[in-house]
This record gives sequence, C-alpha cells and structure tokens, in this order.
Amino acid sequence: MKAFSELLQQLYFTSSNNEKSRLLRHYLKTTPDPDRGWAIAALAGTLKFEFFKRNAVKTLMLERVDPELFAMSYDYVGEMSETVAHLWPDASAPVELPSLTTLIHQFNQAKRDEVKVLLNHYLSGMTAEQRWSLLKLGTRGLRVGLSARSVKRILADYGNKEVSEIETLWHALEPPYTSLFDWLEGRADKPDITGAVTFHPVMLSHPLPEDAISRLSAADWQVEYKYDGIRVQWVCTEQGKALYSRTGDDISDAFADVLTATDIQGVIDGELLIINNGQIDTFNALQQRLNRKKPSAKLMRERPAGLVVYDILHDGNKDVTALSLQERRNILQQWLSAADNHKLILSPVLPVHNLDELQLAYKAASADQGVEGLMLKRKDSLYQPGRPVGQWYKWKREARHLDAVIMYAQRGHGKRSSYYSDFTFGVWQGDTLLPIGKAYSGFTDEELKKLDNWVRRNATGRFGPVREVQKTLVVEVAFDAIHPSSRHKSGVALRFPRIHRIRWDKPASEADTLENARRLIIET
Amino acid sequence: MQADQWLQPREEGLYCVPADAYIDPTRPVTLALITHGHADHAISGHQQVITTAQTLAIMHTRYGNDMAQRTRAMEYQQTFCLGSEDDPVLCTFFPAGHILGSAQILLTYRQTRVVISGDYKRQPDPTCPPFQAIPCDVFITEATFALPVFRHPPIEQECQKLLQSLALFPERCHLVGVYALGKCQRMILGLRALGYDEPLYLHGAQRKLCDLYQQQGIKLGTLTDVSDVADKTQLAGKIVLAPPSALSDRWSRSLPQVRKAMASGWMQIRARAHQRQVELPLVVSDHCDWQALLDTIAEVNPGEVWITHGREDALLHQLTKQGVRARALSLIGYDEDATD
Repeated sequence: MKAFSELLQQLYFTSSNNEKSRLLRHYLKTTPDPDRGWAIAALAGTLKFEFFKRNAVKTLMLERVDPELFAMSYDYVGEMSETVAHLWPDASAPVELPSLTTLIHQFNQAKRDEVKVLLNHYLSGMTAEQRWSLLKLGTRGLRVGLSARSVKRILADYGNKEVSEIETLWHALEPPYTSLFDWLEGRADKPDITGAVTFHPVMLSHPLPEDAISRLSAADWQVEYKYDGIRVQWVCTEQGKALYSRTGDDISDAFADVLTATDIQGVIDGELLIINNGQIDTFNALQQRLNRKKPSAKLMRERPAGLVVYDILHDGNKDVTALSLQERRNILQQWLSAADNHKLILSPVLPVHNLDELQLAYKAASADQGVEGLMLKRKDSLYQPGRPVGQWYKWKREARHLDAVIMYAQRGHGKRSSYYSDFTFGVWQGDTLLPIGKAYSGFTDEELKKLDNWVRRNATGRFGPVREVQKTLVVEVAFDAIHPSSRHKSGVALRFPRIHRIRWDKPASEADTLENARRLIIET
Repeated sequence: MQADQWLQPREEGLYCVPADAYIDPTRPVTLALITHGHADHAISGHQQVITTAQTLAIMHTRYGNDMAQRTRAMEYQQTFCLGSEDDPVLCTFFPAGHILGSAQILLTYRQTRVVISGDYKRQPDPTCPPFQAIPCDVFITEATFALPVFRHPPIEQECQKLLQSLALFPERCHLVGVYALGKCQRMILGLRALGYDEPLYLHGAQRKLCDLYQQQGIKLGTLTDVSDVADKTQLAGKIVLAPPSALSDRWSRSLPQVRKAMASGWMQIRARAHQRQVELPLVVSDHCDWQALLDTIAEVNPGEVWITHGREDALLHQLTKQGVRARALSLIGYDEDATD
C-alpha cells in the first residue's frame, strides 16, 4: 500500500503522459504479483466493489471534528477524500501498512461493522497522502489523470504488444491479471479467451468536420441513421450470453427481454431502444427503463426493448472484425435472418448516391424525433476497437437554441468550488418564468468568472446551497432535443443543455416563451 | 477606554484615532506604522513611515529612496510616543517571526494594550528573531490558514523532497516558484542547511532582495542569475528560483525539461497545485497553520481577539466555542495568495 500510495501521488502531479507511462512501467517492473495487478485494477476502474461508502467516511470524520469546521474545510478544499485526509488526527505511532493485496482482501472480507474499525485503524496510522490514497481507492474514485485507455496503452508498451491486443483480452480477464503479466513478460502464451462471454471493445466514430463534407465521395460511404438510444453489445457463445453497455458494464438483467430474443451465437453491435411492434420509440420512452436494474414484467410489456443492429464482430465463434464493413453487412443480414426475431431490426442503409442526397438525408434525419442525425461509415472500414481516424463519422443534427433567463445558481465542486457554475434557467409563461433546465458547461473560464461575479452581485435569496438571482440575465441555451415531460412543471425536458452564449445585451423580457420552446418539440 | 473606540477599521486600513496613524495602510496616508515589507502591507507614497530598520531597507530596495517623505527606524522593544504629549499613544515593535524585519506593533492608550501582530509564524526562521507573545487586552491576528485542514510540515522535510526529486530527475531543471521576499531566502537557507552547496540560480526578480539579505548579514551562498548562464542546458539538474508568476511564463521555456515546483502554504491543497500545473508541491509557509494560531492565542491569552484577513469564519467559530471573546474585522486589500 505504501508503494501504491507513492505511485498515486506521483501520477497525480505529473502532467506529461510520457512521464506517467514511465512512472507506471517502473512500478510494474518493481512490484510483485498480485499487488501490481490490483494496482492496475484500481487505476483502470475494474475493482468490483467499494471498501466503504463515502458517507461512512464522513460519519467517522464527524466523530472527530466539529461539524461546522468540517463543513468550512470541505467547502474550501472542495473534495471529501482530501478534506478527511488533512483533518484526520495524526496517530502518535504510525502503523505498519500491509501490501495492497492484503488491504483489498481485508476490506473485501470485512463485515459491515468491521469495516469502520479497519478504516479507523488505517486512517489513524497513515500520512495525509496515504489517507487520501486509501479513501480514493476505497470509494473507487481514483482520478489521477490516467484513463482506462491509457492504462491499457501503457500495459501494451510494457510488454511490447499492440494496444488492440490488450483491448481484446481486457474484459475477459479479471484482476489481479496474473496471466496477462505472464504473457506480457514472455513467460506464457497469450491468455486464451475463445468462447468467453465477454465484452469486446467497440469501434467509435469522430464528429464529421464541417469542411470534410464537400470532399466526401458518396460511393465510398455507407450512410445510416444515428439512433437516439444507447449503444450496446449483444454476446452469445456456447458458454452463455450477455448484453453490455458501450463501456462494458453487464446490463443483461435490466434488459432480459432483449437477451432472450435469440440463441444464435455471435457478437452483435447495435442500439438499444424501445421498439413497439417494429416501431422505434423516443429516448424519453427508453429513459424510464434505464434506471431500473430489474424491471417489472409490466414495464417490460409496456416498454419493450429491442435492438437496431448495425454491425457484427463474431459470427458464431468466428471473428469477422478483419473483414470490410460491406462484407460484415452481408454476414449480419444472414445472421439476422437466422435469428428471425421481431425485437432485432436491421439498421437500414440510406440510399445516398451523391452529396445532394446526403444533404437531403441529413435534413430528413434532423427533422426526425427518433434519430440524432446520420452515421457515415467507410464501406471498406475494418472493425477496429477505439476511434480510428477517417473511418466512421457521426453527423449530429444541429443543436436547437432558446433564449432563457438565469434564475438560480449553485457552486460547482473541486476546482470550481469557489465559483457559481451551475445555472438553472427558465422561459416565460405569461409574466412568470418557469424553469426548464440546468446547464453547467458551454462557457469559457473567462466567462465563468464573469458569470460568477454577476451571481454574487445579483443574488437575492438563498435556499441551502442555491442562490436565487435577479431575473435579468439572458443566456442562449443550446440543446440536442426537447421532449414533453410530465416530471417537470414546465412540461418539457431538454437533452444536454449547455450555455451557448451569454446575452449581456438582451433584456429579460425579450427571452423566449414556453410556447416557443414547445414548438421545437418534433412530433413523431 | 475600550479599544474599538480608538482603533477602527477604515477603507485605508486599521486606524488609530489618538495617534492619527494607520497600520499597514493600503493607500497613501500621513502617518503609516508598518508591520512588514510584503507589498500588500507596505506600499510607497506615505508622508511618514515608522517601522523597523530592516523593513525600511526592504521598502527602499523595492520602491527607491523617495518611497516616503520621512522615515523613522525603530528597534525591537523600543517604545516611543505618538499623538498628543498629554494623552499619548505608546508604540512598541516586537518580533513577529514572519520575514526579515517583520514586527508586531503594541499600541497602549489609556492603559489598554492592543497588539497588532501583522503576519506571523511560529516555525523557526533563521532570517528573523522568533515571535514573542506579548500580554495584551486585544490581540489582532491574521487568519490566512485558519482551517483545521492546514498543517505546515517542517521546512527541512520539504527541502528534502526537493533534493530527492533532484536526485530522481537529474536531467530536469527544477524551477521553484517562491515569493521574492522572505520565502525565497528561507528556501535557500533551508537547502543550505541540508548541505546543498551548489550554486542556486535566480530569476531577475529575486536578485535585489537576495542582495539585501546578504547585506544584512544573512549568508545565502553562491547565487547566479539565470540571465548570466549562456548555455541554459547547464541548468539541467539545478535549482532555479523564480516568482510564481514566472512558472508558466514564456521565460521558463528556455530552461531544459522544467520540473515545476512551488513553495507555498497553499500547495497542501491538491486543486491549488493542479491549477498551477505544479508537479512538485512544497508546503512551505511564512504563516501559522491552524494549530499554531490556536496555540499562539492561548499563549498570548488576550482579553479579546480581533481577526483580520483570511478564513476568519472558522477561527471565529473555534474561539467562540472555546469561550474566547472574538470578532472579525473586515479589512480589505490584503492579498492572501501573493505572499504565501
């Protein structure tokens, strides 16, 4: 644990990626199994359990410090683990720290009431930096500027392998990754994952650069809709089946109705949506199932989930990712007719033969409530995990805009803890303002300073952490879509609202009305 | 006579009515009593300045010899009269342990004793005599680091960290952000105390005050200006001291493989270090941490505590809880970030 904490400190304060890679490779080289494997799991976010809840930490802390002083400290530091790390009283004698592996096992096996004792024991014997490391590790909130992707790249560098090889293996392996290190260090063959029910890393697209459109040759591209659902991977092998989110989370239980659609083996890439008798419903309809880990039979009946499939990675147990999209499309069609289930729909290829038709298709997609725009995929593209350049593009429909009035503001967290950076905004209904959304992005740092300053000078009331402000500042809000919503007083909900421009010049009375907002709802 | 009847916070700073004098005024005034030479406490343009000889020297170095119309240098512990002869304010300077020349000012008027401590610390500092606890009715304290999260480690530990990094990254130039007055010289002495005898390299902004310290008899060892180093690659594995603002400045681009460090009490908070893209945060402060503030107030044991700039909420809360009479003075204009 001591070495791991030192590694975290170094990674945290190092900005250069090369330097980070060097630090981590050095750690891997000098740390034995299984410690280094657990360290990788912690860094890449594949530890499966939390040691303790944030709230348990807070409770323990409040037994040792005045609650007001804790609140002021937290407000200043902006982050719980660090606040506790600095506030926790130092012990008279430091305790001997166990290995990372032992520590993880101790917390894993501890019963509910033992966790507190264990946590107290370690916090009291540690330095502030070690306390921070333990709290971050234990709440799985480790953020040291290394993405899971970078960790894999560093592992690849460490063993002189291609990162795509690591990507392919990754989800089939489990911490502490001993077989992986055996292979990386040349003591064993590559781990065999044939037939494993596991997530395969997906291929991602780039936004279509505006200036690229005129240079496209329509014949090279397969054009499909970009669906407004969630990207999933459906996996079926002789060992079983599962449904994964695009980040590799197993969501089989939440969407059992999709999982049972067929038993034909394969790995399929597609979009999860609510599909009623072949009709695709909106994201709003899907949302009601997204937060249910185990939906009721009734909900599954009322909101039946289905897949719009667009690619195939394995046909049966045969890897087809090295074939072109065109070839994969044929295989996908055959697979689909074998599966023959109304919950599985093939994503249609749009008839686009030239750039004019492409523009028309884009316009049509922009006016369609069920889709987010277009996908452009090179017909000769292989299925490459990650985000390869020039292969797949997403062309999202243009954002909608509304002029709204800032109504409330709240402070951000961490780096933004001293700024009012979360804004609730509203539009007019008659002569009252109704809140229609919340935005905390879209502005520059410079604009944030000005907004913060404005909030401080124009605050009129306080509800806990929320400041009410003078209803005078207009912002142009951009958002991807607007839907009817029964959960909001205004009756509408915005998708991904952000502040597009601050209209210091515009009087609040000239902001948009709820009626204007409603007009932007696209009827299905 | 109650202290708040003759000592009042005003826009220019704390004002002593019967002496017609301001303490650390932030605008030019007729008579200024100055605790120490940091730029937010000591400005130029006053008609008369009364302070320690070292602080006067600092002000002359910074602002030139015409920084005030008249000056008067005071020894520590020497008492003099201000205001009318029949009803005088007695004024004495005592060491504050903050930086060279720093002082607490004791004002006594009609038997009421008020200590304005200025900025102060309790950690040992070879550049100035240690803080002295003066019995008084009102103790006026800063609250720069007045949150229980703040704990300042000994400077040896932080200098050691810097030397360890130097050993670990011998190819990198270690650029350390330090405030030019006080922090810079204290870091130099901290490194020298650990036996680091290599030349230390200075950004132009650090030179004048380092020379002044040397003139005052404080030995800083060999100091070389970065601008005098023709081949900058020679600075690999060396320590360069620069003002914090120069850390991300174009100036630093000529240095080889810079490793950014910064010596400041704020460096204890990760977000602060991150914002400045500091890779090696060194927690070195010329102020008191939370515990030192509480210990000092207990030791001075005044009738009442007035709290000036910083995190006064937390200190006020704690003192009130302990049954110490305390109030927050809202003095504006003291820049917490620049000097620590």
